[in-house]
Amino acid sequence: MTIIYAGMFYIATLLLVVGLAYKIYDYSRTPAPLKIPTTPAPTTQKGVAYRMAKEVVLFESLFKSNKWIWVFGYLFHFGLFLVLARHLRYFTEPVWFWVDFIQPFGKYASIMMVVGLAGLLTRRFVVDRVRYISTPSDYLMLLLLLAIGLTGMMMTFVVHTDIIGLKAFFMGLIYLDVQPIPQDRILLVHLALVALLMVIFPISKLLHAPGVFFSPTRNQVDNPREHRHVAAWAARLDQNN
Amino acid sequence: MAAAEFDIPEIKENIEVPKLREGVMAHARTFPAAQPIQDYLGYPHELGDDWKERAIDKMGDMLGKYRSLKVFLDICVHCGACTDKCHYYLGTSDPKNMPVARQDLMRQVYRRYFTTAGKLFPKLVGARDLTKEVLDDWYSYYYQCSECRRCSVFCPYGIDTAEITMVGREILNHVGMGQKYSNEILTKVMKIGNNLGLPGPALQDTLEGLEEDIEADTGVPVKMPLDVKGAEVLLITPSADFFSEPHVESLIGYAKVFHAAGINWTMSSYASEAANFGLFDANYEVMRKAAMRIRDAALELGVKRIVVGECGHAWRVAYSFWNTLNGIGYGGNDPFSIELQKQLDPTYPQPQHICEVTHDLIKSGKIKVDPSANDDLVVTFHDSCNVARGSRMGTEPGGQFTVPRELIKAVANNFHNMADETIYESTFCCGGGGGLLTDDLMEVRVKGALPRATALNNVVKEHQVNFMAMICAICKAQFTKVLPKYGFDMSMVGGVHQLVSKAIKLD
Repeated sequence: MTIIYAGMFYIATLLLVVGLAYKIYDYSRTPAPLKIPTTPAPTTQKGVAYRMAKEVVLFESLFKSNKWIWVFGYLFHFGLFLVLARHLRYFTEPVWFWVDFIQPFGKYASIMMVVGLAGLLTRRFVVDRVRYISTPSDYLMLLLLLAIGLTGMMMTFVVHTDIIGLKAFFMGLIYLDVQPIPQDRILLVHLALVALLMVIFPISKLLHAPGVFFSPTRNQVDNPREHRHVAAWAARLDQNN
Repeated sequence: MAAAEFDIPEIKENIEVPKLREGVMAHARTFPAAQPIQDYLGYPHELGDDWKERAIDKMGDMLGKYRSLKVFLDICVHCGACTDKCHYYLGTSDPKNMPVARQDLMRQVYRRYFTTAGKLFPKLVGARDLTKEVLDDWYSYYYQCSECRRCSVFCPYGIDTAEITMVGREILNHVGMGQKYSNEILTKVMKIGNNLGLPGPALQDTLEGLEEDIEADTGVPVKMPLDVKGAEVLLITPSADFFSEPHVESLIGYAKVFHAAGINWTMSSYASEAANFGLFDANYEVMRKAAMRIRDAALELGVKRIVVGECGHAWRVAYSFWNTLNGIGYGGNDPFSIELQKQLDPTYPQPQHICEVTHDLIKSGKIKVDPSANDDLVVTFHDSCNVARGSRMGTEPGGQFTVPRELIKAVANNFHNMADETIYESTFCCGGGGGLLTDDLMEVRVKGALPRATALNNVVKEHQVNFMAMICAICKAQFTKVLPKYGFDMSMVGGVHQLVSKAIKLD
């Protein structure tokens, strides 16, 4: 079992890192030939950073759009952020002080996360417009995240797992000195689902996480009259003129 | 062939989100472009045996050239935030007019041919083979989008359906399914210089006629100069301004402004069109070719400033793209842009919107106005979609909302905004933009105007508004035709410079 899980996490990590790196490279090398910020847009690079920060931290556009999706989406994402931050304790020795600090919040954030996911899943069934656009993978993605959250909560709030053994296993993976994985069914399910999530991340809609930073309508400066913006493939047309 | 009869939607108190009704607009198909037009633009005119390969090849080509396309097709999470934002969905209740569903028509095909997940598990991720049925859906629904960008305001990732629609239309062009209306117009611009196909001598006649009208009306010899070398300002305006009502009233307004300010100006018979229908398909070269006429005219006439008349998509292309396409602007350090920049007067932004020009002239006292001349009117302002969400005026973000409003308030005493969620960046398209202003799409146009008609109706009831001012040739043509179907008088529709024209004091 240890060998299977060790192999699984090495492969999943590799696919996640290489997959994401390739996608980010691919987005960054693809030119944006025209200035298409959704206006009103910032007129400086600093302003763009501020706009993007509001999008990523507060989900500003979504807030303008739909308060229910915003509430559920925000509960889920912010909960997930705290939960992930809390999980850093299993990969660091000594544990960073801020990870210790958020430990209690991180535990209860799992509730936010699961409530948010349940809300988003309910919308997919209940709102006719959202039901119409939902694909099987949209439901499965929410179910996968819910299952990860719920198995995690089981171990936090119901049946504790061998956390010392688990940390030894992951520290072993990091230092290429594989240690035995605790034989706990809930833990094994939790970890297998996480590995699955890591694998599908770079080939699914989860790409919205890195992708939003490359969205031309949000990351471009509104200064077309002052700065000439020409893509390399388009500049060749000027020379033939 | 007359379009089928259809019911005019009823204006309710509020803009309501309808329950979806599948397929109710699948029949609305714009007329296809005939062979001579497609030939001229270098596209096939019918589906060949290899249409599928051509379509996929073209999609691959576009994915390499447009980051917007690649990122937008990847990152949608189907959250549903955009589903109630499109005026065509609100007006028709066809689910394929929801922005995300419109994008999905292409996203499904993208996933099937360009992504690992879609190649391995098509059903799971909603990937589909490109079939004739899918292509027909593209043709129906990519011509029920006016590329107004309202959805892009509300998307948490800024996905702009307009970018997808444009690429969809361009792929359709490449397999031989072009649109008659837009492609005909593009050939006219490239052959003659304007969308109406109006040759130089006819234009000259028209302008002389207008000069006589103004003089008879005001007693002042206001000129409408054409092809004057060495003029300071070159005015580029939509060709509808030369002929259509109420457009021509704004043209008269611009002429009076230049006259009163003592600005030496001209129009060009070679570049007699501000609108650039190349925007509507993602064909950069066609859009550039149309824009190059303006550069060429500016160089030929030796003008120092370039000013753009009331036209929505045109102002987006001028403001956001001209510097890129034809070098009208600043900041270029290549020979192509320097050639033109050194001729332009650096004390003015290039290009400049006519509202910016007039607004500055009034503020600095260089022209005088009497707002009481418009006391018979209670005015509201319709923010045109591509001005609102794809451009700017003035120096501050949002100037595209404040400059025209301040200008209206300077020339008219009674002004009321429509509801907040229907103006500024949330403005509703008139329903006829983006290449849909054609009679074969009348049902789409009428139903798409429902949200704006609803908002207008509310200020009519509440504030007795009797004039909706706007700065777009398409909006003017669309509303004069479509608002009467909702019971409004077409004389309610007019340009901002129509108001200026009434209020300006001429010597």
